[in-house]
Amino acid sequence: MTETFDYSLIDWSRAQFALTAMYHWIFVPLTLGLGFIMAIMETIYVRTGDPAWKRITKFWMTIFGINFAIGVATGIILEFEFGTNWSNYSWFVGDIFGAPLAIEGIMAFFLESTFIAVMFFGWNKISKKFHLISTWLVAIGASLSALWILVANAWMQLPVGMKFNPETARNEMANFWEVLLSPMAVSKFLHTISSSYTLAALVVIGISSWFLLKKRHVVFARRSIVVAAVFGLTTSLFTILTGDYSAKVIARHQPMKFAAFEGMYVGQRNAPLIAIGVVSSSPEDPENKNAKDFAFKIEIPNFLSYMAFQDINAFIPGIQDLMDGNEEHDILPVSEKITRGKLAIDALADFKTAKNAGDEEKMLKSRQVLDENFKYFGYGYFVDDPSRLIPNVPVTFYSFHLMVALGMWFLLFFAIVLLLVYKGKIAGSGFWLRIAIVNIPLAYIASQAGWITAEMGRQPWVIQDLMPTLTAVSRLDTNAVITTFILFALIFTTLLIAELKIMFKQIKLGPKPEGGN
Amino acid sequence: MFETLELYTLQQYWWAIISLLAGLLVFLMFVQGGQTLIYTLGKTDTERSMIVNTLGRKWELTFTTLVTFGGAFFASFPLFYSTSFGGAYWVWMAILFAFIIQAISYEFRTKPANFLGKRTYETFLFINGAVGTILIGTAVGTFFNGSMFSVDKTNLTNIYDSAISRWETPYHGLEAVLNLHNVALGLAVFFLARVLGILYIVNSINDDNIFQRSRKQMIYNAVPFLIFFLYFIIHLFLKQGFALNPDSGEIYMAKYKYFHNLIQMPVVLVLFIVGVGGVLAGMANFLFCRGIKGIWAAGAGTVLTVFSLMLIAGLNNTAYYPSVYNLQHSLTIRNSSSSHYTLSAMSYVSLFIPVVIAYIYFAWKAINKKQVDKADIEDDSAHLY
Ligand code: HDD
Ligand code: HEM
Ligand code: HEM
Repeated sequence: MTETFDYSLIDWSRAQFALTAMYHWIFVPLTLGLGFIMAIMETIYVRTGDPAWKRITKFWMTIFGINFAIGVATGIILEFEFGTNWSNYSWFVGDIFGAPLAIEGIMAFFLESTFIAVMFFGWNKISKKFHLISTWLVAIGASLSALWILVANAWMQLPVGMKFNPETARNEMANFWEVLLSPMAVSKFLHTISSSYTLAALVVIGISSWFLLKKRHVVFARRSIVVAAVFGLTTSLFTILTGDYSAKVIARHQPMKFAAFEGMYVGQRNAPLIAIGVVSSSPEDPENKNAKDFAFKIEIPNFLSYMAFQDINAFIPGIQDLMDGNEEHDILPVSEKITRGKLAIDALADFKTAKNAGDEEKMLKSRQVLDENFKYFGYGYFVDDPSRLIPNVPVTFYSFHLMVALGMWFLLFFAIVLLLVYKGKIAGSGFWLRIAIVNIPLAYIASQAGWITAEMGRQPWVIQDLMPTLTAVSRLDTNAVITTFILFALIFTTLLIAELKIMFKQIKLGPKPEGGN
Repeated sequence: MFETLELYTLQQYWWAIISLLAGLLVFLMFVQGGQTLIYTLGKTDTERSMIVNTLGRKWELTFTTLVTFGGAFFASFPLFYSTSFGGAYWVWMAILFAFIIQAISYEFRTKPANFLGKRTYETFLFINGAVGTILIGTAVGTFFNGSMFSVDKTNLTNIYDSAISRWETPYHGLEAVLNLHNVALGLAVFFLARVLGILYIVNSINDDNIFQRSRKQMIYNAVPFLIFFLYFIIHLFLKQGFALNPDSGEIYMAKYKYFHNLIQMPVVLVLFIVGVGGVLAGMANFLFCRGIKGIWAAGAGTVLTVFSLMLIAGLNNTAYYPSVYNLQHSLTIRNSSSSHYTLSAMSYVSLFIPVVIAYIYFAWKAINKKQVDKADIEDDSAHLY
C-alpha cells in the first residue's frame, strides 16, 4: 500500500475534463437558443408566406449547422470520459448516473439528429408544415438533451433518491422521481437553458448589428433583431430569476460553495451581499481570514441573508465555520466528519471481510455503523489533508460575480435595444450597434463563468460529501492523461479556429438570395 | 409491469437491447465504409460530391447510435463501463478521436474559408471510416478473447489507492491488437462496412460510372470480408469459451462454449443463419442481378448477425467480458449490471425505442425518396455539403 497519493494524476484528469467540457460548452448554448429563434422565424414565414422570412430562417440555420457539428464532436468525448477517466466514479454511481445519459440518447439525441436531417435536406422535398414541425422538434430535442444531462449533473451536486448497498459497494437508485425533480435539478435545468437562450439572442443581435453598421441586408437585420430582442428580454429576466433560485438551493445544500461564491471566511447573521469586491484574504492566511479584509468591496447590507433565506437575520456560515465547526449553529467540524467518514469506510471493509467469512452477526454490526455514518463517507478520504476540502475561493468568487454582473447588464441591454427598435432608431445608433457586437464575447464569458462557478465551487467533490475527485479517478499513468490532454487541446483548438473562420465567412457572405442553402 | 420481473430476466432483456444497438451500429457503419470509398468510387469532383452528400445525411444517425450504445451500456452494465473504458484507455481514446474528426468534416468540407482545406476533411473521413470500424471490431473481439484486468470492490476502502477496476498491463488496451482473432473481427467489420457502403451508395445515387465502379469494388471487398468473417466464426466455434457456473458464480473454461450457446439457444441460431443469409443475399443481388435494393437485405442481415453474436457472448451463462488475468474477475451480465430498480425504470424508457425507430424510418423515407443524380449536385441549392 502506498501512503502517498499521486495528485498530479487527479489534476491532469480534472484539467482534461474541464478542457473538454468547456469546449463542449462553447457550442452547446448557441444550439439551444438558436434552435428556438429559428423555429420562431420559420413560424412567421409559414404564417405570413413572406419569402424574406424564409431567407432569414435559412441564414440562421446555416450558422446553426456549423455550430452544431462541432458541438456533437465535443460531446461524445464527455460521455465516454466518465468511463475512461473517472472509472471508479462510473461504478460507484453508475446505477443512478448512467440512466439519464441513456435516456438522453434514446429520447433526445435521436430526435435532434433525425429531424436535423429533415430540416437541412427537406426544404424542397416535404411540405412546409412538416418542415416547420421538424425545426421545432430539433429545438425541443436540444433542450431535452440538456434536461437529462443536467439532471445527472445536479444529482452529483445533491445526491438524492438513492441508497448505498454494501454488497455491491455502490449507490443504487431508490426513487427515479426524486432524482428527476430534486430542487437542484430544477434550478440547474431552468437556469442553464434560459441563460443559453439569452446567449443565442445576444449572438443574433450582435451579428445583425454588424450588418446594420455595414448597411447591408438591413431588412433582414432589423427583423432578426426584433425577434431576438423580444426573446432575449424574456429569457434574460428568467435567467436572473432562476439564477437567484439556484443560489438559494446552493445556500441550503452546498454551504461551502455558497461561502466561496461570497468569499466569506467567517460566517455571520445579517450577512451583506458583496456587489463588487477584490479578494485579498485566503484561508491559509491566519492573519487575514475575514471577508471584511477584502482589498476593495462595495456591499449591500443584510442582502445576502435575505436573498438566501428571505430573512435578514439568517446566519450564513463562512468557510471557517464549516471547517472548524460552529456549535451555536449546529455545524459539525470537519475533523468530526472525517472521523465519521473513516468509520464508514472501515465499516464497509469489515462488512466485506465478515461476508467472506460468513459471519452474519458482524455483517449486521458493520452495516449499522456504515449506515449511521454514510452521510460523511467521502470525508474519510481526507484524513491526511483536510485543507483540501476548501474550494478555490478567488476563482469561484470572481467567476460568480462576473456572471451575475453580466446577467444584469444583458437584461438592461435587451430593454434598450427594444426601446430603440420601438422608436425606429436602431439602425442609426452606431454606439449601441457596436455595444451589441461586444456583447457576443461577453455572453460566452458569462456562460463559461457559470460553469466554472458551479464546478470549481464544489471541489473537491465529484459527488457532494460522498466521493472526492481523488477517489473517482481511473488508475492510469499520469503521462497517458497528459498525452490525451495535449491531443484534445490541439485538435479542439484547430477545429475551433476552422469553425470560427467558416462562421465569419458565412456572416460576411450574408443571407443568400431565395433558393440557396 | 417490469418491476415484477426477476433481476436475471431484466439483465437478459438489457443485454438483448445492448446487442440490438450493437447490431444497428454495425449496420449504420455503412457511412464509415462509404467514407473510405470516396476516392475509389468517385473520380470527379461532382461524383465525390454526390457520394459525400448521400452519406452526409446519415452520419448523424450512426453517431447518435454510438452515443446511445455507450449511454445504454453505462446505465445497464456500469461495471463494464468503468472497467473497459478506464482500462483499455488507448483503444477507446483512439476510437473517440476517429469520431471527433468525422463530426465536423461533412459540415466543413466545402465551406469557404474552412482553414484546413477540402482534402484534409476528406482524409478525416477516411481515417474515421478505417480506424473507427477496425478498432470497434477489435474491441468487441475482446468480448470473446478476454483482457488483462482485475476487479476488486474492496479497494474502495483503501483510501490511498481506491480504484476498483485495474488494467494489469501497461499497454492499456493496445495489447488487444496482438490477438489475431480480435483483429480478424476488426477487419471483417471494416470490409463489411465497405460492402454496406457500396450497397447504400448504389441505392441512393443514380449514376452509371459510380455504378460500374461499385460492382468492381464489391468483389474486392466482399472477398476479404468473407475470409475474415469465416476465419473469425470458425475459430470462435472451435475455441474454448468463458463459462459461468450460475450456482457458484465460478467462471471456468468450457470447450466449444460459443458453438454450444448457439445450439442451446435455437432462436439465436435461426437469427444467425437468417442474418448471414441476408448479408450474402444482399451482396449477391447486386453482383449477379445488378439489383440496387441489396442494402435492405444486407443491412437487416447485419443487424441480425451482430445481434446474435452479441447474444452468444453474454447469454446462456457466459462471461461477456472475460479477464484472462484472473478468470474469477470476469464480467457477466449478472455481476456487472445495474440494480433491479434501475433496470426496470430503464425498461420503461426502452419502450420508446420502437417509436424512435418508427420516426427515423419515416424521416429516412421522406428524404431518400428520390435518388441523387448529377443535376442535383450541379444545382447549387439542392445539396448541402
Ligand atoms: C449567459 C449566461 C449566464 C448568465 C447571464 C447568468 N448565468 Fe448563472 N450560470 C450559467 C449561465 C449564466 C450557466 C452556464 O448556465 C450555469 C453553470 C451551471 C448551471 O447550472 O448553470 C450557471 C450557474 C449559476 C449558479 C451556480 C449553480 C450551481 O453551482 O449549481 C448560480 C448560483 C447562478 N448561475 C446565478 C446566476 C445569477 C444570480 C445570475 C444573474 C443575475 C446569473 N447566474 C446569470
Ligand atoms: C458543458 C458544460 C460544463 C462545463 C463547462 C463544465 C466545467 C467543468 C470544469 C471547469 C470542471 C473542472 C473543475 C475542477 O476540476 O476544478 C469540471 C469538472 C467536472 N464536471 Fe463539469 N462542466 C460542465 C458540465 C458538466 C456536466 C453536465 C457534468 C455531469 C453530468 C459534469 C461533470 C463533471 C465532472 C465529473 C467533473 C470532474 C470532477 C471534478 O473535477 O469536479 N460537468 N467541469
Ligand atoms: C459532461 C456532460 C455532458 C456530456 C457527457 C454530453 C454528451 C453529449 C454528446 C455525446 C453529444 C453528441 C450527441 C449526438 O450524437 O448528437 C452532445 C451534444 C449536445 N449536448 Fe452535450 N454533453 C454534456 C454536457 C452538456 C450540457 C451541460 C448541455 C446543455 C445544457 C448539453 C447539451 C447538448 C446539446 C444541445 C447537444 C447537441 C449538439 C450541440 O448542440 O452542439 N451537453 N452532448
